[in-house]
Amino acid sequence: MDPIIRISGLTKTYESGLQALKAVDLEIGRGEIFALLGPNGAGKTTLISIVCGIVRPSGGTVTVDGHDIIAGYRATRSAIGLVPQELTTDAFETVWDTVSFSRGLFGKPREPAYIERLLKQLSLWDKRTTRIKELSGGMKRRVMIAKALSHQPTVLFLDEPSAGVDVELRRGMWEMVRELREQGVTIILTTHYIEEAEEMADRVGVISHGELILVEETASLMQKLGKRELTLKLVEPMASIPPELDEWALELRDEGNELLFTFDAKAERTGIASLIRRMTDLGIGFKDLATRQSSLEDIFVRLVHEGESA
Amino acid sequence: MTGINWRGVLAIYKFEMHRFARTLWTGLAVPVITTSLYFIVFGSAIGSRMSEVDGVPYGAFIVPGLMMLSLFTESIFNASFGIHMPRFTGTIYEILSAPLSAFETVLGYVGAAMTKSTTVALVILLTANLFVDVRIEHPLPMIAFLLLIAATFCLFGFIVGIWAKGFEQLQVIPLLIVTPMTFLGGAFYSIDMLAEPWRTVTLFNPVVYLINAFRWTFYGTSDVAVGVSFAITLAIFVICLAVVAWIFRTGYRLKS
Repeated sequence: MDPIIRISGLTKTYESGLQALKAVDLEIGRGEIFALLGPNGAGKTTLISIVCGIVRPSGGTVTVDGHDIIAGYRATRSAIGLVPQELTTDAFETVWDTVSFSRGLFGKPREPAYIERLLKQLSLWDKRTTRIKELSGGMKRRVMIAKALSHQPTVLFLDEPSAGVDVELRRGMWEMVRELREQGVTIILTTHYIEEAEEMADRVGVISHGELILVEETASLMQKLGKRELTLKLVEPMASIPPELDEWALELRDEGNELLFTFDAKAERTGIASLIRRMTDLGIGFKDLATRQSSLEDIFVRLVHEGESA
Repeated sequence: MTGINWRGVLAIYKFEMHRFARTLWTGLAVPVITTSLYFIVFGSAIGSRMSEVDGVPYGAFIVPGLMMLSLFTESIFNASFGIHMPRFTGTIYEILSAPLSAFETVLGYVGAAMTKSTTVALVILLTANLFVDVRIEHPLPMIAFLLLIAATFCLFGFIVGIWAKGFEQLQVIPLLIVTPMTFLGGAFYSIDMLAEPWRTVTLFNPVVYLINAFRWTFYGTSDVAVGVSFAITLAIFVICLAVVAWIFRTGYRLKS
């Protein structure tokens, strides 16, 4: 991996004494989509804010494209675009003016053709002369994305990009993120929508109580930790699981109407065939069956709970 | 990016001036009306009973003081509002995450606030000219003092804008401290007209030196030595500059 962001031993303790980050080490590859997951208050926004220059680190180092975020702040900030979690916009500015303002702040010369392309891409072109206060929440979110992209950054931070947006817009943003990645932009997103990370991210990092408890490729994480579940709907409800079925570690659900079998889909023998044979032998009939893959959300919840109980 | 981020400075400057343009009518009409009222009340009603102050007709005598009064309040208001607003709305994130140095950020905000406050001061000068004959004996020092004082009070306003936790606090310093100090600092009278010990007490008010230096550029008369006035103005400027530098170094109320 060719890392564009290197975070080493990053700590942050606020004046209140809250330790928001505890010696975080993380490398993010050039051109990848990295999803940072974690419950509220885990330290996701603090981590992003430090890299972007909004919050001061208490210790550790961060480099972006080889430049230190403090000594070489001009180079690092020029490379970064940020879409913050909150909808913070200037109510009285027009869409065009606010996006042009953002480009100017980053020292870029005027390029109306690029701004036009950007606004069209984000379906904001028709609203270019509209004041931001007159826009809907979803449109304001798009304006914030346009502002973050106005200076053509190579690294884009999206802090909870889907918060409060409808399904259609969310899908549109996912599409845009993929297009940006194809253009070589590195994307780091924090999200509560696990589906979002599962859908888009190349790698996932899970942060809890200021500690990065896991960094893994999404696909391999799903493979490693993702379990498949077989649900058997019984013909007759069962009061308890017969001891003859102990070796499958079944769970009885839905007031004895369902049997749940968790298995490793990658294993040579999943145990499904033998289970069904044994059930037939025991005269336990089932009228329906279904399998499902455990989602990243299940994995995330499990990891955070394990972290809390450790 | 190497050197100064001039485009970033210009972006802040234009943004602030755009805000000024949106309220241009009230921004300029208010000082014109206020100045006219001052001349009706002080110039006609009271001034007619006063002959001259230091050889200057009373109506003309109060012009530099009127300009200073507006310059102080406009500088503080515009600079404090300019930086407080993005803190209040949360858009400050964009300034903090942009490749801008502290100097460039201050230059953008203070430069715009200076433009606005000096424009208002000059509008007052033009309005005053409709009522009285105003002469400027030292035009270049007048411009220099105007800009130095505007820069000083804009820096002070910037500090107030960062210090204030709400819009109410933005008003406290200009209304409760600066305006009374200006009224008591000889904006409408010569401090030589005061009896002791009030004359000596008044000399501890730094605004006295700013107003007198500015009045000297108009009529060549001053209650205090012009050199001392200039040194005190410069000292206040340097103190404000040092406080702003400290704010950016420590991140006081800007960065957690």
